[in-house]
Amino acid sequence: MSMLDINDLNVWFGHGRDRVDAVKGATFTVARGESFGLVGESGSGKSTILRAISGLAPLWSGGMAVDGTALSKQRPKAFYKTVQMVFQDPYASLHPRHSVDQVLGETLHLHGFGDIDARVVKLLDDVGLGQKFRFRYPHQLSGGQRQRVAIARALAPEPELLLLDEPTSALDVSVQAEILNLLVDLRRDRGLTYVMVSHDLSVVGHMCERLAVMQNGQIVEIMGVETLRKMEAKHPYSQSLLAASV
Amino acid sequence: MDTLLDVQDLWVKFPSRQGVFDAVRGVSFTLGRERLGIVGESGSGKSMTGRAILRLIRPPGIVEAKQISLGGVDLMGKSEKEMRAVRGQRISMVMQDPKFSLNPVMTIGDQIIEAYRQHNRASKTQAYAKAVEMLEAVSIRDADRVMRAYPHEMSGGMGQRIMIAMMLIPNPEILIADEPTSALDVSVQRQVLDIMDKLVKDRGMGLIFISHDLNLVADFCDRVLIMYAGRIVEICQADKLSEAKHPYTRGLLNSLPRLDAPRDHLEVLKRDPAWAQAPSVSGRV
Repeated sequence: MSMLDINDLNVWFGHGRDRVDAVKGATFTVARGESFGLVGESGSGKSTILRAISGLAPLWSGGMAVDGTALSKQRPKAFYKTVQMVFQDPYASLHPRHSVDQVLGETLHLHGFGDIDARVVKLLDDVGLGQKFRFRYPHQLSGGQRQRVAIARALAPEPELLLLDEPTSALDVSVQAEILNLLVDLRRDRGLTYVMVSHDLSVVGHMCERLAVMQNGQIVEIMGVETLRKMEAKHPYSQSLLAASV
Repeated sequence: MDTLLDVQDLWVKFPSRQGVFDAVRGVSFTLGRERLGIVGESGSGKSMTGRAILRLIRPPGIVEAKQISLGGVDLMGKSEKEMRAVRGQRISMVMQDPKFSLNPVMTIGDQIIEAYRQHNRASKTQAYAKAVEMLEAVSIRDADRVMRAYPHEMSGGMGQRIMIAMMLIPNPEILIADEPTSALDVSVQRQVLDIMDKLVKDRGMGLIFISHDLNLVADFCDRVLIMYAGRIVEICQADKLSEAKHPYTRGLLNSLPRLDAPRDHLEVLKRDPAWAQAPSVSGRV
């Protein structure tokens, strides 16, 4: 059974003359344990799809199903245990006045875990931070360390589907390599399913098995990573995107 | 090649409780009518170098240099008032993050019109038409809707193109672009670079292009300075970047994922403390 099923999804913002159709008729499925990439230029709707899945974009129509359960406008609590998201900018997605311990502890508390202390310790080890970072504040961390905290927070409820919205685009290349290695290891160890948004085709080529190319809110092509490596994209837009990134 | 800008022995220092922190340590380079790339990681001092030239470093930060001369005149000797005539008119800067450099409570249109009327005498209608033209020059579709919009309604890519449109208005001699395309995706990146490339060629501008993206710099610039811990560790011609010798440059190049060479794990940069100790290489021509 597929982990994520998106069927004819439309997402829009605003009303009247300011209405913007961000996603138009997107359809794709992601199998359990697969890593799926979404690429396209800014404004193509790739992040909006992730936001619609996670419930952050309220205006949508069409069908979305996670692990066989259709999603409605109101998400049950179990949904947030299954699906978690890592955002693009670790400088903006962590509360500046909450320590790492508070960030992770609060998440664990909200998801109803009892052994919070032991779990915080384990989460920090899992993302390669260690205990000395536990009582630090975000301003005492580098960009890569912050993104590790954000990943630890997303892993806290033990999700099965991780939505990654440009997880490394705010980081240096050397740090990007560390975070991508971490994500590869976590997926292998925990059997996670990834949906990853990136504008960097080589990152998607490194991380994902299949990818969808988006343009102006529509998915123009879905291809395997082998097709990407061989530069055999069929749609003219995917070809131009490939040509621009090499 | 005529020299537009000559920087000699530039230091940027920040006094802190743990002693003085040197963000930039004795950097020298010249800029002609060319595209000069400065690459390095965050914290390597590349942005500070760009800001120090325009004296945008606020106290308690200290800028020291033998000279920073723009067309033969030393900028170090200028008063704050004289510097204001340099900023924007002669040296323009495109900042890293459009979210922080656009005014959040003014519409995009009002901001561009304000920038235009600051430098030119024009009626509101003329300025509006000019602003729309500028937005179209940086390939923004639906310019009329963008003119009505506020910065938070724009994506990062759009915001950065708006910033570049504003910087083009006074027609400066030197453009300092601090990570202008990091927030953009490849296809738009190419358009923005083409716009900047055209400026450098047509108007004979000098461009300092600050970026962490090695491949982009190799592709786009003429000459590249590689910075590490406030110093220049290597200088090379951009088309020969793949032959770079310094282990730091090599490490950065190797940590990039590649489409043609799939790997399970990426190489992680191992830092050598000796890199930070070695004296700065001079980028003067």
